[in-house]
Amino acid sequence: MMRRQVPLLICFVAGIVMLSQNFIPPLTWVYQQALEWARIISAIALFIGLISLVRVHTMKLKRKAANYRYSYVTLFALCYMIIAGFLTKYGLFVKLHAGCDTGSAWEWIVTALEKALNFQEIFLNVQIPIQATMFSLLAFYIASAAFRAFKARTFEATLLLIAAMIVMLGRVPLGQMIPGVKEITVWILDVPNTAAKRGIMIGVGLGMASTSLKIMLGIERTYLGMKD
Amino acid sequence: MSLELFGTWLAALLTLCIFSFLYKDNPFYKFAEHLFVGVSAGYWLCYNYWNMVKPNLIDNLEAHNWEYLLPLILSAFMLMRLIPKVGWLSRWAIAFMIGSGAGLMIITYLQSNFLEQIKSTLVSLDPTGLPWYVVLNSFLIFVGVVSGLVYFFFSKAHTGVTGGVARVGVVFLMVCFGASFGYTVMARISLLIGRMYFLLHDWLGLV
Repeated sequence: MMRRQVPLLICFVAGIVMLSQNFIPPLTWVYQQALEWARIISAIALFIGLISLVRVHTMKLKRKAANYRYSYVTLFALCYMIIAGFLTKYGLFVKLHAGCDTGSAWEWIVTALEKALNFQEIFLNVQIPIQATMFSLLAFYIASAAFRAFKARTFEATLLLIAAMIVMLGRVPLGQMIPGVKEITVWILDVPNTAAKRGIMIGVGLGMASTSLKIMLGIERTYLGMKD
Repeated sequence: MSLELFGTWLAALLTLCIFSFLYKDNPFYKFAEHLFVGVSAGYWLCYNYWNMVKPNLIDNLEAHNWEYLLPLILSAFMLMRLIPKVGWLSRWAIAFMIGSGAGLMIITYLQSNFLEQIKSTLVSLDPTGLPWYVVLNSFLIFVGVVSGLVYFFFSKAHTGVTGGVARVGVVFLMVCFGASFGYTVMARISLLIGRMYFLLHDWLGLV
């Protein structure tokens, strides 16, 4: 009862309330409130992922699994970032600076610590470059995949190849210098691309509506898991 | 060494570590990859705490807005997932999230993905006062949408007229996928140019 029926009831009531707020104006307040609650719960849900990450890496270290030494890097970076994030926001360095004599060794230490634990700088100089480079690596892999996939064996593959080539050419200054390429690119994006995307969107819309209804009515209950 | 210069060197070395994967998986790449996981997790934890949990939950509870006890309880239930014996309590929080999401999605998707798309497709083909190519494009969009939908309609075998219309749908879909692929490639290439520019301009000062 508590493990299966109550969640189904909560799901149904929450769904009905959110659905009916579109038609009953006083329920807009509930909608606003529920959105805020959902934000809070999803933010807390991130902690589960984080704890799970720590668990995985500590287990790797305990068992001395393959490449376990890299887990030290992950755990150290995680702790460092958390310390930096909380110290920066709490304004600890501002307070420490206030208690220092100008030019003293203590002030030098505080300044060095402040620079080393600069949350925003770590984000800009570590996370952003790695993230951008990882995505840019895909340029090489996508090119090699395209080379293999784009062999114009069938009519459909030829169409895909031609459309991709024109769009790629139409998005670079050199390609735009070729007469007509820019116009054809705009036409491809505005007409056949829009038409196909609309068809897909209509299908997605109907699919989402029917799945949502199935979830609310308890027909679709895979989110409850298999156990119990 | 100034902090800015140190930051540039660090970013450049990490960029090279990631690029080294193009040769093969190696310790430098693994180091950067694990560092990224840790920094990213820490960043999002702090971001979520300071921008979501603190202003939306803690500040409200401190201001004695007791209706926020409910999300606090549901959040606590969510965390119970980590304790196998009471893990089932997390279903209550998940059910709230899924149920409210489903209730919202029905109207939102029917409105934006269904009705609005049909409304934009079913435009007048009356050529009066309109250039011929606008009318032709509107007609082509209509044909593309209908044939694309027929292609995804699996309740009837794609033979005869249905098969012919579905084939027209495939033509539109292939052009669409090609355009999307071209766009994705260009996005990745522009990121690659960005990283190369960083290395050659900001780091080495060559360009």
